[in-house]
Amino acid sequence: MFESLTKRLEAAFKNIRGQGKLTEKNMKDSLQEIRRALLEADVNYKVVKQFIADIQEQALGREVLDSIQPGQQIVKIVHDELVKTMGGANEPLKLAETPPTLIMMVGLQGQGKTTSAGKVALHLKKKGHRPLLVGADVYRPAAIKQLEIVAQQAGVESFSLGEHADPVDTCVMARGEAQMRQCDVIIMDTAGRLHVDEQMMGEVRRIQAQVAPHEILFVANAMTGQDAVNSAKQFHDALPLTGVVLTQLDGDARGGAAISLISVTGCPIKFVGTGEKLDALEPFHPKRMADQILGMGDIVSLVEKAQEVVDREQALKFQEKARKATWDLEDFLQQMQQLKKMGSIGDLVQKIPGMKKMMGKGMMDVDEDEMKYVEAIIYSMTPEERQKPKIINGSRRRRIADGSGTTVQEVNRLLKDFEQMRKMMKNMMKGGKKGRRGMPMMPGF
Amino acid sequence: MAEEKRGFFGRLRERLSKTRSTVIDSVKRVFTAHGNVDDSFFDELEGVLIEADFGVDTTLDIIENMRLKARGSGVENAEDLLAVLKEDLVALLSPGDHALSWDGAGGPHVTLIAGVNGSGKTTTAGKLASHLKSRGKTVMLGAADTFRAAAVEQLTIWSERAGVPIVKHQDGADPAAVAYDAADAAQARGIDCLLLDTAGRLHTKVNIMEELKKIQRVVGKRIPGAPHEVLLVLDATTGQNGLQQARIFTEALHVTGLVLTKLDGTAKGGIVVSIQKELGVPIKLIGVGEGVDDLQPFHAREFVEALFS
Repeated sequence: MFESLTKRLEAAFKNIRGQGKLTEKNMKDSLQEIRRALLEADVNYKVVKQFIADIQEQALGREVLDSIQPGQQIVKIVHDELVKTMGGANEPLKLAETPPTLIMMVGLQGQGKTTSAGKVALHLKKKGHRPLLVGADVYRPAAIKQLEIVAQQAGVESFSLGEHADPVDTCVMARGEAQMRQCDVIIMDTAGRLHVDEQMMGEVRRIQAQVAPHEILFVANAMTGQDAVNSAKQFHDALPLTGVVLTQLDGDARGGAAISLISVTGCPIKFVGTGEKLDALEPFHPKRMADQILGMGDIVSLVEKAQEVVDREQALKFQEKARKATWDLEDFLQQMQQLKKMGSIGDLVQKIPGMKKMMGKGMMDVDEDEMKYVEAIIYSMTPEERQKPKIINGSRRRRIADGSGTTVQEVNRLLKDFEQMRKMMKNMMKGGKKGRRGMPMMPGF
Repeated sequence: MAEEKRGFFGRLRERLSKTRSTVIDSVKRVFTAHGNVDDSFFDELEGVLIEADFGVDTTLDIIENMRLKARGSGVENAEDLLAVLKEDLVALLSPGDHALSWDGAGGPHVTLIAGVNGSGKTTTAGKLASHLKSRGKTVMLGAADTFRAAAVEQLTIWSERAGVPIVKHQDGADPAAVAYDAADAAQARGIDCLLLDTAGRLHTKVNIMEELKKIQRVVGKRIPGAPHEVLLVLDATTGQNGLQQARIFTEALHVTGLVLTKLDGTAKGGIVVSIQKELGVPIKLIGVGEGVDDLQPFHAREFVEALFS
């Protein structure tokens, strides 16, 4: 679906090579591409505008380094800036010095407040706390029941005055309830509401005024579009938000809303939701998020690593071969040796966007020992066999197996895997089918 | 629903007017600040469309089209171009059948309601049940979301509010079995309309898509031709990922229409333009509030007028 940003930047940068410095004029196309990538990731239009202006200022006058591709150079600047915008290390929950700590979950409808409340409760329980989940959503049918079930699943206490009570009363009463049940953290699940609904915003302000929570977490889902700035701004104006929980990061949205949310509220993203189960709550990693927003996996560090060990000319040769499917066992062997220099295969493969989905689990778990066998098998082939694996018949297979100290089955498996991989690489080079990301131009592949 | 156009507009305008920076304001500003169209006019218009979640590609298409028209027809006045923009949008949103059919050709008419978490499926099912009942149809709800905690209870409350029967199993039961039983019961009782609520889960989960396919299959086995409508519920606040959601759901199911919910906030749901353009899935209903009457039929022209009036 998305062409890789790096690839597009390469095209935009073709004309800059050898021009010495980055100037406003020669950066125009690539900044346009970055702007587009950010907008496609749902970063707010105005936020992007400001961001691009900052980038331009930073990059202006920098030398175009011959050692790395100029496209990558600017991607790195953008990436670093994104990480900076999203804050450095992740910020944990602030717990009250004298318990109970009061945490309030707020947000629009359907963002995942109730589930997130349960996740935060489980997270705190694992850290040795005794959380009390408080059901204060009296509007959505069965919301309180849902919270009770979630509490049971998390193995924590729950409390509510029910759906006929005033939610403000429920939250006020929760304090005494927590004391009675010896709970040290109170997590209030409020109803989803629209930021333009004055009456409902009034209610949540009353709760806040009455109980003075230590943490007010704004829950928003990662698929949110441009409007994230409007809702977050109005919630922030109404309530002293202290953090954001970004949910549904396990989908395929690029999550540009994260940038919008942070720039509007100035609050850190404290947690991200990464799955349906209650333990699928993780601290926020700005670096990973920046990768995802730019649609490039962990390609920045991969590029850094790859540049140290891969000969660029050779990489381009491989790429051409893969495209034409003339990629043979000889190339496979060479690439494997380069990969070994870069670190474990599993790590590497995971860093490539789209790769994780495309390859089955089995293929990801190639271990280093297995690589030794593969090497031995290929070394036992004649050059002709390596170039044209099709000629390897039964007797050749037996000879190769004997020569490499393996079995015919293992030789068969390697040949089958190789053929599959070649097909896959050919497809990837073509850009893949609808919904898949094209392979980025990358050294080593 | 169709009889209540005034009510819908009144409600939508009223809600929109509460917000400080609406598309309406910015469009008005763009069109009145620039007497004549020039590059800066188009730049600003681009911002307006992108902020309404139209997406980069669709926005650029629309603007290119407008540039051509401005040049070709010699329209220089910015306000005159507004009419051109509206026509373009209406043309983009019009294709396909935007009306819901409720005729099951003899047997029960079955509607399957699908979408990602939090988009508003259960609420849509509940509102539809009330609406159909008020139109004199006999309605049944099927609680095929057996996954989310208390989803069955939520739909049960809706069924009580609407005064319609509900078919449900325990939490964690096989959703396809619920769907089959519901179809069976609807058939046996001579129900006019069966509405099936399904579990909201991300479209990237392969299992859930398989589960939905299975529901679609078993319902079709029990009642030939069912499901007659498959509605994909989309939250108007969704950004560019909405297109991907629509792609995957339409690949798995015979989606007949979109329900665009939560239009009563400040989000514009511009992604539906791209969805209609690429996948040809028409918008059938829009949700503009929490009340039972806040689920409204979609009309391209009125939708566009409401955005830009």
